[in-house]
Amino acid sequence: MSVDLKELATRGSPLTSGHRLCDGCAAPTIAKQVMLGAGKPVVIVQPTGCLEISSVVFPYTAWKTPYYHNAFENAAAVASGIEAALKARKRRGDLPPDFDVAIVAIGGDGGTYDIGLQALSGALERGHRMLYVCYDNGAYMNTGIQRSGATPFGAWTTTSHVGSAHKGKMQHRKDLTAIAADHNAAYVAQASPHNFRDLMRKVKKAVDADGASFINVISPCWRGWRFPEEETIEMARLAVETCYWPLYEVEKGKVTVNYVPREKKPVSEWLKKQGRFSHFFAPGNEWMIAELQAEVDRKWEELLARAGQR
Amino acid sequence: MPRLVGLTGDGAAAEAMRQIDPDVVAAYPITPQTEIVERFAEFVADGVVHTEFVAVESEHSAMSACCGSAAAGARTITCTSSQGLALMHEVLYIAAGNRLPIVLINVNRTLSAPLNIHCDHSDSMGSRDSGWIQLYCENVQEVYDTVIQAVRIAEHPEVFLPVMVNLDGFVLSHSVERLEVLDDDQVRGFVGPFRPAVDLLNLENPPALGALVPPEFHFEHKYAQWVAMDRARGVIAEVGREFGERFGRTYGLLDPYRLDDADLALVVLGSTAGTARVVVDDLRDRGIRAGMLRIRCFRPFPADEIAEALRGRKAVAIMDRAGTQGGEGGPVFGEVRAALYTRGVFLPVINYIYGLGGRDVPAASLARVFTHLGQVAEAGKVDRAVNYLDLRGWN
Repeated sequence: MSVDLKELATRGSPLTSGHRLCDGCAAPTIAKQVMLGAGKPVVIVQPTGCLEISSVVFPYTAWKTPYYHNAFENAAAVASGIEAALKARKRRGDLPPDFDVAIVAIGGDGGTYDIGLQALSGALERGHRMLYVCYDNGAYMNTGIQRSGATPFGAWTTTSHVGSAHKGKMQHRKDLTAIAADHNAAYVAQASPHNFRDLMRKVKKAVDADGASFINVISPCWRGWRFPEEETIEMARLAVETCYWPLYEVEKGKVTVNYVPREKKPVSEWLKKQGRFSHFFAPGNEWMIAELQAEVDRKWEELLARAGQR
Repeated sequence: MPRLVGLTGDGAAAEAMRQIDPDVVAAYPITPQTEIVERFAEFVADGVVHTEFVAVESEHSAMSACCGSAAAGARTITCTSSQGLALMHEVLYIAAGNRLPIVLINVNRTLSAPLNIHCDHSDSMGSRDSGWIQLYCENVQEVYDTVIQAVRIAEHPEVFLPVMVNLDGFVLSHSVERLEVLDDDQVRGFVGPFRPAVDLLNLENPPALGALVPPEFHFEHKYAQWVAMDRARGVIAEVGREFGERFGRTYGLLDPYRLDDADLALVVLGSTAGTARVVVDDLRDRGIRAGMLRIRCFRPFPADEIAEALRGRKAVAIMDRAGTQGGEGGPVFGEVRAALYTRGVFLPVINYIYGLGGRDVPAASLARVFTHLGQVAEAGKVDRAVNYLDLRGWN
């Protein structure tokens, strides 16, 4: 499936302007790409987070589509319930048999990697026909940049400071995309907003899949990562070009890497543009760059091997 | 034609659920509720219900899925006990605040620690301020009848609040009693179709539910819930009356027994009322004017009705199957005493904490409470406000 830009421009955005997210935030861009990519009406479920508290402030909503926020850790379970309602109401004849909506949960990494992992795991295992999209900005940004399971090694956050004893977060991040794929979910992918054609194609596959699907999307946050706000999309691109954030998909166990850079950039290219990694470049901390580079290399090689693309 | 069967409380609850045939059931197993989900899963496997059964991975997800399904226009029921209800706690408030008419059957079991699977009311009392209507059942028949009524109460257009139907773990959940089961058509006719107030599958008029509500609106949202709770008082009585007109068993907010001319009275919730009736009869035979007031509806709290029912008694003992750990006495005691005081009903009131963790409540023990009440009535004052029934080693 290819994305026709002219046709796309006629669809109109289901997320209106006037929401309260920061200038340069990737989350609303991702949400729009997801909804446009679905190609059918979407019911949005959100855990608590930046996108939620900024887009639905009573008595306003920025969503021109049904929307439900319940709590922080349960978006996948709430979406499960909506999908169950859809099936039951169709069975009862309360909704026509051809009634088709995509049930899409969109949550940040805190609500997905950490506190929402159990609910996500349950929903993936049960195979509800729903899509869970994680916009991964690598920390609890809504509460003010605290470390999460998605925070990269060495990154400064307000709960992983850089001091004499510790140099930012001392653990590597959790590979949630791989965890989701190992649930035998119907469709699992990793995407980036800079490559919106790829992202939208993946969303379409996901919402048409017969079962639960999961897409992890990198979502650069200039407030938390400390870079100029106009460089959001560039930061996403660099994450992909350095292979920190590979674009790939997993269908029925088959792994496909969707983008292999002609020349893999060193991860320091991405790191040096972000204030959260500035201590990596202080004298004596060269080992931190090497450590993160080694992890990126190891994961990238592992992925290529899984895909049979090396 | 109604049919007579022998069923446990869990079995009766599952049978009522089968007949209601809800759109969605999302539930997780826990003792002593398990028999309800097991039986209902059997109905699902046999295709005798239309229900979409979601076997979730936790009670937190059970209540979350219930919120999603109720918000998507589906009639929704779940069931749990004890730790399960505690794990749901966060989402209970959201279900109520979102005004979702979910029915939850809670099989009362104590909360850990210490770990114990038996009955007391600490689980549901811990959720008493979550915004759920709470009904407590005395026997298996009432469990069955109340589950059916709960659907009507929750979905009443003036209410739209979730309802928790409570039955005592093991005492009711696992005891086989004589049960009159209505025809499927009678039950379906009584509950009628679900007409949701909000529907996430309405694409023409898409709702936004669960918004962030700033300080200038939050208080009004919460007050609207209180108004609905207030209205529920009348609706519970009305639904209980209509049930009686149709099927011969009438239910109200309170269930007084030989109370009108009683000098001494017990106030109880749940299955203990059955034992209390026997004790009251026995004392009456011996010339003691004993009576009992069973509170069927604890939320909304029928303060006016309780004060009126107890006015004129010489002494009253409030029975609490839960403590408050640091409060003065149990939760029922605190609320009943306050209701009496603010309505100018000044009489000696004592509290008994009893039956914790499944401690048996024999008739002889309740008779001792009446003996104590006799002394209090004679003295005209309370000797000891908070008492612990059949506690060993400390009294």
